[in-house]
Amino acid sequence: MESKIIIAGFGGQGVQSLGMFIAFASIHDGKEVTFLPSYGPEMRGGTSNCSVVVSDKPVASPIIASPDILIAMNKPSLAKFESRVKPGGCIIVNSSLIENKVTRTDVKVYYVDANRLALEAGNTKTANIVVLGAYTKISGVFSPEVMKAVIEHKFAKKPKVIPANFKAFELGYNL
Amino acid sequence: MAVVYKKSKMLTDTPFHYCPGCTHGIAHKLVAEVLEEMGAEGNVVGVAPVGCAVFAYKYFNCDMQEAAHGRAPAVATGIKRVLPDKFVFAYQGDGDLASIGMAEIVHAATRGEKITVIFINNAIYGMTGGQMAPTTLEGQKATTCIYGRNPEVNGHPIKMCELLATLTGPSYIARGALTDPANVRKAKKMIKTAFEHQAQKKGFSFVELLSSCPTNWGMTTEQALEYVKTDMQKLYPLGVFKEV
Amino acid sequence: MKELMKGNEAIAEAAVRGGCRAFFGYPITPQNEIPEYMSWRLFEVGGTYVQAESEVAAINMVYGAAGAGARAMTSSSSPGISLKQEGISYICCSRLPCVIVNMVRGGPGLGGIQPAQSDYFQATKGGGHGDYHMLVYGPASVQECVNIMYDAFDKADKYRVPVMILGDGMLGQIMEPVELPEFKDLSKLPRKNWATYGDGTGEKRNIINSLLIEPDELEAHNKLLADTYAEMARNETMCEEYLCDDAEIVLTAYGTVARIAKSAVNILREQGKKVGLLRPITLYPFPNDAFRKVAEQDCVKEFVCTELSMGQMIEDVKLATGMLKPVHFYGRCGGNVMTPEDLVEFVLKEGK
Repeated sequence: MESKIIIAGFGGQGVQSLGMFIAFASIHDGKEVTFLPSYGPEMRGGTSNCSVVVSDKPVASPIIASPDILIAMNKPSLAKFESRVKPGGCIIVNSSLIENKVTRTDVKVYYVDANRLALEAGNTKTANIVVLGAYTKISGVFSPEVMKAVIEHKFAKKPKVIPANFKAFELGYNL
Repeated sequence: MAVVYKKSKMLTDTPFHYCPGCTHGIAHKLVAEVLEEMGAEGNVVGVAPVGCAVFAYKYFNCDMQEAAHGRAPAVATGIKRVLPDKFVFAYQGDGDLASIGMAEIVHAATRGEKITVIFINNAIYGMTGGQMAPTTLEGQKATTCIYGRNPEVNGHPIKMCELLATLTGPSYIARGALTDPANVRKAKKMIKTAFEHQAQKKGFSFVELLSSCPTNWGMTTEQALEYVKTDMQKLYPLGVFKEV
Repeated sequence: MKELMKGNEAIAEAAVRGGCRAFFGYPITPQNEIPEYMSWRLFEVGGTYVQAESEVAAINMVYGAAGAGARAMTSSSSPGISLKQEGISYICCSRLPCVIVNMVRGGPGLGGIQPAQSDYFQATKGGGHGDYHMLVYGPASVQECVNIMYDAFDKADKYRVPVMILGDGMLGQIMEPVELPEFKDLSKLPRKNWATYGDGTGEKRNIINSLLIEPDELEAHNKLLADTYAEMARNETMCEEYLCDDAEIVLTAYGTVARIAKSAVNILREQGKKVGLLRPITLYPFPNDAFRKVAEQDCVKEFVCTELSMGQMIEDVKLATGMLKPVHFYGRCGGNVMTPEDLVEFVLKEGK
């Protein structure tokens, strides 16, 4: 098993932390993983992306030409990466911010109204966790229990936000 | 026979290479005597500069490091940070300290590094043969300003004590002159105070010593000392600029 | 359980565990996490940290602290490393053990801030003035960064040379699972009989110096340095061979690029192509013997050297292989990074 994921969006949408949740879950599960963030001026208010490779074996290239999964959190990200997704791969689209439909027909597409569901979960900052829930269900690489353990661990210092994040995760997972 | 004078044991037996009439030798002797009086033997690291005093590591009877041009305060910072209970001093000339090493001296001072810097100001690049220094006086001749330093072309001399005294990090800033016995005694007192500040971890301590360079100034020893007393001291007044 | 750590932070923690007690730095992207980490971490273990006024000052602080016997290091990225070259030359002549990390970004000049390997010449051929080398490693993963950094001070002490870790922006920023080693027991390290601890007088005083004004003395010193490098070459050379035994085409790459090349090898192998990878881990000394041995294999028809530069390591590859087989080059630069698929395409086009 080797799963290549590109996650992209605006800075501040939790793109990097979404990637890191997947990386932490990999460690939790005893899998190999690389998490490669974009860095530099583009971090400051511009677009932000990261590449995550999860594998049973040590990861060779952290650079991804064609991801198995693209998570597009905003419109420019979908425009930039749509063509690169591997045929037969999938795209998770944050439909709250992206009104366009994916034009490719050789990939599976999942539209997630992440910002609205985050609001429903009680915390607008949890849109990335909604998407994490959707990703967990769609990819089948991690069990929801592992992901929730990671969420709990990462928010250990802010236990008040855990219930909303769990709710957001479940809303995404049960779509 | 009674011993009336003895070389400090903080100096080695290596003969100085300095020119006749140069005051580097007096400065070395004063630093060595102060170190000896303070019981620094076996408890001190010195840093030599690039310039006429480049061989200072041969003369001071203690562990020594030879720094790159201008970098002595950075090297001394590195030493002092890992040996905080040892005396650490840097010995630098005017080209080394006030030109190429300006950033290092200002920042070591403003960080308040607990080191002592001895600054020999003879207003000339001696080792390389008499080029203009950052401290060369207006009108003073040098091989790179043969008609005399012209501020329009060459800029103005830098007053290091005055500049460093504006900073918070230094605890002691003083300027002496190595022109006559009275001034030499005063200079020694300044050097001792500087090392005492270091011993008490008060802050950065700095002593500038106005010095003569008869060779590159084209003067006799007497003329050179007179030039320090008159022209140099007019621009660079003696005294303590900061003491906390 | 392993920890997820960013390359830069893992290097910093491994340095502390390997005995680093003095760090002198200056901000520059993409290595800022190293000084940021050291600025609080070293004080927890009784060490010291200074944010210097410049890279020039930082390397000279390393000179002072290393000369005084401490395990001292600095880190920077390409333009900052250029500024440190004067100090590195003095450190090499004075034979001061220390560690320098270069998270390379694209140049020349101010260049960019994205990953590159364009400082290979500077790192392996000297960099500053004079006849000298450092022990240079090109780690490919965060774990390898940790392992190399952890032992770097021991190697530096053994040969009295600076060790350079030559990474790139990716390696500094990437996060991977790592296992951190235990703290080294510094109390067991021997006293350095050449260092200026401050207690020397008379015959026993030590002098850290790079001024050797007598030609015979300087020549003898250069020969001593050369002997050191020869000994380093005998003992420290490291190289990874991957599927080279039956390979017809051998890719060569170091650092992060070697991982991209490894993926390319895997893809090509799946297609039935006999392709291998030869990865130098020490960039100086270069693993000449391993390259020569592979070049002499009958099955090997050609080499493909791939780098994030216009072609620097390729010169060492050509020298090491004695040009027994052709060496092709595929490079990206300016901060652009090739994908495994780019390499696959190149190999399929070039490989006959």
